[in-house]
Amino acid sequence: MHLTAEHAKCSGCRACLLVCALENFREINPARAALAIAGHFPSPGTFSIRVCDQCGACAEVCPVEAIYLKDDVYLIDAQECTGCLTCVDVCPNEVLFPPINGDDCPVKCTSCGACVSICPRDALHLEGD
Amino acid sequence: MLFGYAGTILCVDAGSGKIDKQPLPPSLAERFIGGRGFVAKLLWDRLPPDTDALAPENVWLAATGPLTGHLLPASGKTHFGAKSPATGGYADSNMGGHFGPALKYAGYDVLMITGRADAPSILVIDNQSVALRPADAWWGTGALTCETALKKELGEDFQILTIGPAGEKQVRFACMSHDFGRQAGRTGLGAVLGSKNIKAIAVRGSGGLTAFDLEGVYQAGRQAFDKVKAKPGFAGWTPEGTAGITNWVNEVGVFPTRNFKTSYADFYKNINGQAILEHLKITDKGCYCCPTPCGKYGKAKTVLGTVFVEGPEYESIALLGGNCLLSKIEEVAYANWVCDELGLDTISAGAVASWAIECFEKGLLSQEQIGRDVAFGDLAAVAHLLEIMAARKGIGDLLAEGVMRAARQIGGGSEDFAIHVKGLEWTGYECRNAPGMMLAYMTADIGAHHNRAWVLGHDMAGSAANVHDLVSAGGSGDKIGKATIKDKEKPVIELQHIRPLFDCLGICRLQYMELGFEGDNYADLFQLITGRSLTWQNLLAVSERVWQLTRTFSVREIADFGRQYDYPPARFSNEPVPSGPNEGHCLSRDELDALLDAYYAARGWDKNGIPTAAALERVGLEDISRELAACR
Repeated sequence: MHLTAEHAKCSGCRACLLVCALENFREINPARAALAIAGHFPSPGTFSIRVCDQCGACAEVCPVEAIYLKDDVYLIDAQECTGCLTCVDVCPNEVLFPPINGDDCPVKCTSCGACVSICPRDALHLEGD
Repeated sequence: MLFGYAGTILCVDAGSGKIDKQPLPPSLAERFIGGRGFVAKLLWDRLPPDTDALAPENVWLAATGPLTGHLLPASGKTHFGAKSPATGGYADSNMGGHFGPALKYAGYDVLMITGRADAPSILVIDNQSVALRPADAWWGTGALTCETALKKELGEDFQILTIGPAGEKQVRFACMSHDFGRQAGRTGLGAVLGSKNIKAIAVRGSGGLTAFDLEGVYQAGRQAFDKVKAKPGFAGWTPEGTAGITNWVNEVGVFPTRNFKTSYADFYKNINGQAILEHLKITDKGCYCCPTPCGKYGKAKTVLGTVFVEGPEYESIALLGGNCLLSKIEEVAYANWVCDELGLDTISAGAVASWAIECFEKGLLSQEQIGRDVAFGDLAAVAHLLEIMAARKGIGDLLAEGVMRAARQIGGGSEDFAIHVKGLEWTGYECRNAPGMMLAYMTADIGAHHNRAWVLGHDMAGSAANVHDLVSAGGSGDKIGKATIKDKEKPVIELQHIRPLFDCLGICRLQYMELGFEGDNYADLFQLITGRSLTWQNLLAVSERVWQLTRTFSVREIADFGRQYDYPPARFSNEPVPSGPNEGHCLSRDELDALLDAYYAARGWDKNGIPTAAALERVGLEDISRELAACR
């Protein structure tokens, strides 16, 4: 399963970011989110959404093989991760985020679908491979 | 631990550069909740009495509430306040967007700025790092231009608040701008920031918030989104946002036109919500966590140029479109953009422009004074007036003082059609056949503003329905108008507690007011976040406390404050509506006094509108009562 986005539907409210942090970390902190919204203002006046499409580029470069595939979703084994951030550098969608607030492990999408269900604009979708 | 709060007041002395992080007093949260309540109490406590609004000693505040930044529908509100440059009394203005949540994620419930920087400055708050930087490169730039540059320099994850040239010039109705279209527009707070030499504030927050019951509020928050999505207004109200009311206000005849001389525009379908969708809109633009984005961001082509602009919202349609007779939505949007870039409140600026045009028509202002001919319906004339008032150029220096002060200077009867209360220009509802709404404007604590008690539904349709249901029914309701002026204080007072409560909580009221998302939901969410078991009625009691305090603040700050400050302009008593659905109606001085008498009595205020000691003590403001007595 992986996320897809319809940019034109996005209103930039960022509820998806906050629910992502809550669902995956039980934190009220959108800086923990594994997706991103960018506003392009004043011109052209649009939003774009960056989501993980589970392409696996992160797993390919992980030097300690801490990123593994489970049910078509790439997940990070926090016990194995050394925090080298090689995966962050190669992510083509720029949605693997460096650790914050003292953590060691990067933040990566788990395809949990919380963002899909909260989005009031129906701009996010979870699709099967 | 104060669950739901960041726990810190960030105090910045712009003069000395001193940064002081003070713990949020638990008693402040307990008695005043947050947002507007914090603004009111901190102003009372920290502003030296009789301070000039544009003096360094004025206290500029940005405050969040306990619900700000949580996973709840529309939790992106920030409440700003200071002593008002427009009225000399209590001032606040709130704004959506993403600034407040960022401030709270950075670790602060309140940002307080005092003093005056020696040189133009930008305040940069990057979590715990707080610093003033030189702003010479940006001083003089437009508010939108400055935000664009700072976003580029600092990064997308900074939330930016800016003022335009109007704020720098301390125009008494200068606003603050954020997120390319959100404004804290009213009461001249942009002028206060300008008087402190602060051009912009940039905030990045990457810390988390606390909640008393994290799992509970997470699940309740998700359910709240589902409940809002299930309301009829979710699909019906959202597409046009606030502009969707334009048809209804014309159908019932309360749409201000020609500087409030008339109250209907035959071209209203050219400037309504549908016109925005057909001629302007690029995207819906939502505030933080908002499921019903009222922001409509678009592109407008006019003979004066092509601009990207958010809006126009209904109030801008009313004051720039109706009141200045701009009859195409692109023209309204262009004037809206001029205001946004210059940092002018579209409401007050539209009212000042229309007042100036009427003065020109009556020969009270000349072509030589203004710099050109001006007329209703002339976009170039309106844009010219906006530009000279923002720059304080020529007669613009007087216009920048607002209609009350300008009319006192110009005279010639212009005070009769200077449409304001207390010095704050009137918003988008004409009230000569709407005594409830008239009373709401007369008694709003910041001056002539609608959002404290929007009782037009009672006046024009005999209905207390949410706005979506009211407008969906069209202008066919049971219009009461001024058939009776009795008991109008009851819905006014009720709404003066309900609507400002959301400003205390730090969350948008529109899901409640426009869609009917029930109040008990907010009490439940408040309890899950803070751990405090307050019912909806308990919360409203706090809101009443804040209302009594804001009135008392103006009593303290304005030497002769009282009933005389609550009257609307003479036009509304002496000039019956000349045409349209409410033709022939006006409200006499006796009727206005009857409205005020009933209101004051219900509030526990004396005949002059001054809160009595008993009224203050009844809402737990014994300390305020004592301190007021000591001041007077």
